[in-house]
Amino acid sequence: MNEEIKSFTISIYTENNIGLLNRISAIFQRRHINIESLTTSQSEIEGVNRFVIVVNISEINAKKIIGQFEKQVEVIRAYYHTDDQTIYTESCMFKIKSSLLFEEPQIQNIIKESNTRIVTVNKEFFVLEKSGRRNEIESLRRDLNVFGIMQFVRSGRIAITKDEMKITEALLAFNNQ
Amino acid sequence: MSIMNTETANKEQEVAQETMRITGSEAIIRCLMAEGVDILYGYPGGAIMPVYDELYKFRDQIHHVLTRHEQGAAHAAQGYARISGRVGVAIATSGPGATNLITGIADAQIDSTPIVCITGQVASHLLGSDAFQETDIVGISTPVTKWNHQVTKASEIPEVIAKAFYIAKSGRPGPVLIDITKDAQFGELDFKYEKCTGIRSYIPIPKTKPEAVSAAAELINGAKKPLIVWGQGVILGRAENELKAIIEKAGIPASWTILGASALPTSHPLNVGMVGMHGNYAPNKLTNECDLLIAIGMRFDDRVTGSLNTYAKQAKIIHFDIDPSEIDKNVKTDVAVIGDSKDSLAKLLPLLNKNTHTDWLQEFKDLYAIEFEKVIKDDLTPTKEGLTMGEVLKQINIETKGNAAIVSDVGQHQMIACRYAEFTTTKSNITSGGLGTMGFALPAAIGAKMAAPDREVVAIIGDGGFQMNIQELGTIFQQKAAVKVVVLNNGFLGMVRQWQQLFFDKRYASTEMTNPDFVAIAKGYYIESKRVTKREELADAVKEMIASKNSYFLEVCVEKEDNVFPMIPSGASVSDVRLS
Repeated sequence: MNEEIKSFTISIYTENNIGLLNRISAIFQRRHINIESLTTSQSEIEGVNRFVIVVNISEINAKKIIGQFEKQVEVIRAYYHTDDQTIYTESCMFKIKSSLLFEEPQIQNIIKESNTRIVTVNKEFFVLEKSGRRNEIESLRRDLNVFGIMQFVRSGRIAITKDEMKITEALLAFNNQ
Repeated sequence: MSIMNTETANKEQEVAQETMRITGSEAIIRCLMAEGVDILYGYPGGAIMPVYDELYKFRDQIHHVLTRHEQGAAHAAQGYARISGRVGVAIATSGPGATNLITGIADAQIDSTPIVCITGQVASHLLGSDAFQETDIVGISTPVTKWNHQVTKASEIPEVIAKAFYIAKSGRPGPVLIDITKDAQFGELDFKYEKCTGIRSYIPIPKTKPEAVSAAAELINGAKKPLIVWGQGVILGRAENELKAIIEKAGIPASWTILGASALPTSHPLNVGMVGMHGNYAPNKLTNECDLLIAIGMRFDDRVTGSLNTYAKQAKIIHFDIDPSEIDKNVKTDVAVIGDSKDSLAKLLPLLNKNTHTDWLQEFKDLYAIEFEKVIKDDLTPTKEGLTMGEVLKQINIETKGNAAIVSDVGQHQMIACRYAEFTTTKSNITSGGLGTMGFALPAAIGAKMAAPDREVVAIIGDGGFQMNIQELGTIFQQKAAVKVVVLNNGFLGMVRQWQQLFFDKRYASTEMTNPDFVAIAKGYYIESKRVTKREELADAVKEMIASKNSYFLEVCVEKEDNVFPMIPSGASVSDVRLS
């Protein structure tokens, strides 16, 4: 298996229990793997959580840590995928001085061309929101940074896999035992 | 002591079917009894006092053993579990009581030992306030537990304890910690106990795939020089008979890891000895000569494999394990048979051809003869003046006829004990393998003796490790636990000294010990004791110790600067195993 370091999206389906994040992050920490991003939310199944974690590791190590996750009692299933095997996005927000909208007409062009959404505008500031790939968000940040950004925040990656993840089947199999 | 026989232990208490209104602390005791717990080890303190109050009320039905330190309680629970296959239980208060359990929990995690630890915790309204004796034991124990959980409401107690026992003993066993706040202990609940039979996110025993078993059988039937290395998975899976049937039918030489010892009698003609850093010469050398390595319930620890780059590269590898994450973790396998060892081996047996591999077995015998000449002879029948650790083991073998459970600590004496102890019965080698915890043996021996009072339990301990939990002599005395304690005293932290001699130009940094009068200390606890300094005293002293019906302490002053061989230097290849 490939030892080349690349970006993997790890999906972990779990019970919704306190302390599980600690257990999962300890598995990365112990192996000195840096977490690039981590998002957790409700999954498609009621009561089942999904962690989406991005790490840069070799495929050999990706496979090994999947084993470590699945070994945890409250983890239902874990998977790893390459970028090509997923549809993924990140989202970001900007807070910018409202006066700039009128002083710097270029900003309006940037908003239009990048398909960025204006969330709110008031006298002091306006807020922009955009979802997309990391490079699109980075390029938007660079463009706006010229004029001054009051606040910027970017989320971790969220990802849907192209192949099927048979969580429901796994849970049904347990119920039918 | 009458409540401590195995018969009552096996008989699980009647489960209360009717609900009743009781306190959380009473519920804890009723849950333990429903799980068949007859003995638990622990130490009281503020946050666990309501539970101790109930232990007092139920003292005729459940026996609490007051150890002298919480670490002793955790190791005693391990010893109990290792000799009996049942779940060991340790209990402690919050804060330092809980943190003192951690070494035992970490030891149980890496050696797959089923224990349940119950810790008291400050009341839930104080959590996170840095209250007196508050510590985040759930956070601290997370990386070293199979599962852990904090209970803050009395009503959660039955379900959580049921889960704790189920998780600790099912699949690949391990330690579970349950932290229970004081208000949950005082609170009331409608009590009804139902055992846990499954958890949807947890697959304890993956189903053995028939095609994997057939692929394994095909490789075994085609092999000219097959070698088995079995580990504790055989013992945990109760697969000793299946292992024996397989090696006998297919005529395969079989070697063992330190935790696999005793699954097959030492005297079995196909038992070719221990692998690993201080294992036997033949199985280490021939690991790199075999054409097929069959690993059963072992995890290719670095102390077993030496350098992975030169480990069994010429061989095909079959790996039987219950834990899928062990497959390809350290050694890439050709065929993985994932599942319960008993089930997998039972399915394998009918697919194997009868075979003998006489020439191949002869290679093991030839290398054994070399090891005997260069190492074993001088260890067991020394001609020099000083006593060797090996000759002490030999005397113990003679007196116990190999029927004792040997509980060893960590270091040179442990390697000697594992190399030379003769076993006739499974679950008889109780030692700290993965974690290498000095101080393990004395409390573990207490737990083992109490779980199996009819068995002879001999603890073999170095002078260093003995002093790490020496306070448990008090537990032996108070419980009248008839443990036989042998301290092999060389006045050094011997294994570290050996490494300093071999790899650090004899710079003996902090390894020489000025020791107290151990016999006087044991006598202070009213334990019958003796010191042996000369060879002519040894046989009689061991005989007297084994003949004693009570606990007995024997100090044997051995040669100060003996080394343990064979040895694979750290990071070297198994082929480079040294005899001197």
